[in-house]
Amino acid sequence: MGLKQNLHTLKMKYKGTKMAPAFNAIHTFLYLPNETTHNGTHIKAADDLKRTMNMVIMSLVPCLLFGIFNAGYQYNVQTGDVTKALSFFSTEFWNFSNFTIGAWKVLPLVVVSYGVGLIVEFIFAVIKGHEVEEGYLVTGMLVPLIVPVDIPLWMLSIAVIFGVVIGKEVFGGTGMNILNPALTIRAFLFFAYPTWMSGDKVWVTGAVDTVGQPDAISGETILGSLAQNNGFGDWSMMDQFLGFIPGSVGETSKLLIVVGALILILSKIGSWRIILSTLVGALSMGLIFNGVVNAGWVTESSKFFGLMNVDFWQHLFIGSILFGAVYMATDPVTASQTNKGKWIYGFLIGFISIMIRVFNPAYPEGVFLAILLMNVFAPTIDHYVLEGNIKKRAKRLKLKTA
Amino acid sequence: MSKDIKIKKGLAIRLKGEADKSLSNAPRSRTFAIRPSDFHLFTPKLVKKEGEKMLAGETLFYSKKNQAITFSSPVSGTLTKIERGPKRVITGLTIEADQKDTFKDYGVKSPETLSSQEIKDHLLASGCWPFVKQRPYDVIANPDSKPKAIFISGLATGALDADLDFVLQGKQKEVQTAITALSKLTDGLVHLTVAKDSASMLSEMDHVVLHKTNVLHPAGNVGTQINKIDPVNKGETVWTVAAQDLVIIGELFLTGKYNAERIVALAGSCVKAPKYYKTRIGSEVATMVYDSGLNHENVRVISGGVLSGDTISPKQHLGFYHNAVTVIPQGDDYEFFGWNKPVFNKISPSRALTFSWMQPNKEFELNTNTNGEHRAFVVTGNYEEVFPLDIYPLQILKACLVKDLDAMEALGMYEVAPEDFALTEFVCVSKQPHQQIIREGLDLMYKEIG
Repeated sequence: MGLKQNLHTLKMKYKGTKMAPAFNAIHTFLYLPNETTHNGTHIKAADDLKRTMNMVIMSLVPCLLFGIFNAGYQYNVQTGDVTKALSFFSTEFWNFSNFTIGAWKVLPLVVVSYGVGLIVEFIFAVIKGHEVEEGYLVTGMLVPLIVPVDIPLWMLSIAVIFGVVIGKEVFGGTGMNILNPALTIRAFLFFAYPTWMSGDKVWVTGAVDTVGQPDAISGETILGSLAQNNGFGDWSMMDQFLGFIPGSVGETSKLLIVVGALILILSKIGSWRIILSTLVGALSMGLIFNGVVNAGWVTESSKFFGLMNVDFWQHLFIGSILFGAVYMATDPVTASQTNKGKWIYGFLIGFISIMIRVFNPAYPEGVFLAILLMNVFAPTIDHYVLEGNIKKRAKRLKLKTA
Repeated sequence: MSKDIKIKKGLAIRLKGEADKSLSNAPRSRTFAIRPSDFHLFTPKLVKKEGEKMLAGETLFYSKKNQAITFSSPVSGTLTKIERGPKRVITGLTIEADQKDTFKDYGVKSPETLSSQEIKDHLLASGCWPFVKQRPYDVIANPDSKPKAIFISGLATGALDADLDFVLQGKQKEVQTAITALSKLTDGLVHLTVAKDSASMLSEMDHVVLHKTNVLHPAGNVGTQINKIDPVNKGETVWTVAAQDLVIIGELFLTGKYNAERIVALAGSCVKAPKYYKTRIGSEVATMVYDSGLNHENVRVISGGVLSGDTISPKQHLGFYHNAVTVIPQGDDYEFFGWNKPVFNKISPSRALTFSWMQPNKEFELNTNTNGEHRAFVVTGNYEEVFPLDIYPLQILKACLVKDLDAMEALGMYEVAPEDFALTEFVCVSKQPHQQIIREGLDLMYKEIG
């Protein structure tokens, strides 16, 4: 009773002042507000935006935990401190050494991402006098999961500020943005600091510092290896599915991404239409490339051969297409907003992702570019879907008058 | 021509406190009130002055725009108070009732022998016309327009709604008379929709096309039925009449009296003994609410249902179109970590740690808490799950918000009424006031396009 009453008194005191949004953000984090309905529906469903966003965050937590262990594991495997893990519950993976190395690297990313992002959100909320919105809770969680583990924190800070301000706040905040803020942040990093975001030296912690030394750590991913026509390297299909491979922090374990996808779909938070159609799109493009290779149009001498020759279904296991499909493409604000549009939107994301992956050897992961591109086209897709509905209505009228 | 409707998209909201099927006479209310705000976009012009006596059914005021549309007093008594708001707009008319009603006699008439124009004049003069509403705009029908059809919903599917079969019991003759009269007002058809397994006498009416539907809400909304049977196109008009108002119209023809008697469901989880009351339009709801008693102190009293009714105080009066009074707990309290802990006692269309999907037959006790703060539209695809009309709900709401008249028209604004958006408003994660947005959109169109 005490805390509740005190907070209520404070809320009344700050009501209408500049700092009210900042205070309310903390207050509503602790307590569901005492707001009641006016006219309209007098009762409301239990879901609000906080609960919705919370579900997304919870579905990301397994990926984050795995990413922490994996960051340490990749380092320890290369230095020879642990041997390769053979099963998902192997103690070679889930041990304290892996955790401390990983946590020391990954947790600062999380703290910086949330800290910087939320400060920007609070400042904008206070200046513009709207409530602090929940969108950043998910963005802040996504950002550490889609960057290389060694990214300097100052770069991340700048990118987060850019992403939140230019990607979201200039459009009016959560719900108004055109581009997915997390991907805007990643795109900023990619184009501003390409050496830290791609290549064969950034995907395992310590790789950059040990370049040129005899015991140098290789920071290459499977995708990079394939793009060089070097095959899958030492990693088996099982490693890729379980996630014991180098890559961005949280997107290596396909198993846990599938778990996250199930959480999102079963709780009716994520759009299964988008997830499914993205995968279908990726598989179709993969099949087309396989066909091209089988027809003999592209031979082993071609620099595209390595990735084109990957079995179409294996594309889902390498790179971050699965992560993108489940957590990025489904962002409701930047995706198509009509159910029909979602099918088209998702399909094109998958299709274009694999196309970029194969044709862009300099940076073979095309998912984030494909999603950003389709973010821009989502309103156009919706426009044509709506046009269909409008035409139907016009036709009905014509039938009547004719 | 009869058409079966199957509504797949919708939501059954089960609430505690459904009215028991027993009928009591409500104690006679001391005062009666008519709120002009019930008649949207109509400005009243008074006929009676303060302190003047009147008979039940005598004209109280008429519409400023169309003087033919008159509104009658539900009781005989004295006009004691005229409340005015900003710009001297009349916001309420209070009548102190006599002990017993004496009715103004409009003469017994048989709709079979009357012409279309005579029926119209009769309804207009007696004050029964306001029961006839029109789409587009969801306002009182313009008597000069030619409706392509008239729609009557013979079932109520909303949470705690009055059961029409019970309310219309024994009124077969009145209802048939009213339908016969209405059928002469249109060159088209009178569509009447009833529940699929209903044995109600409504399924035996003449002069109508009968449709059957399943009972998933919003199947009982007349807007849903219009959209499925014969949607409104640009330039067309349909009229709608609520089933309980057919009784009043029928009685006018049969007895010559405007008898504003209505059977009202008193329901809601705060009501001690939820049941039906026989009362009159505009009577104080306190007569029923306190006759039954409440089991909560902090309550919201609603004239109408929980989805589209009006907030009133118990001292205020039953709305002109309402056949229910609902009392639910007020929700003006904080809930510790209410946004992330598992929820078992509230309804949710999702499964985001909300478990109402596991209890499909449980009756919930919902209060008026919004369960979250107002936000911009973020989540997509959830309105479509509960919105059966062939219209894109999110897009039409956004068109209304930005006042894009062309888009509103193209997306189907002529077909909708605020109540059609009650379910999308209920499930809205961003807690947007959908019905208000649609109402303001319709008002804008009425003003700009007419």
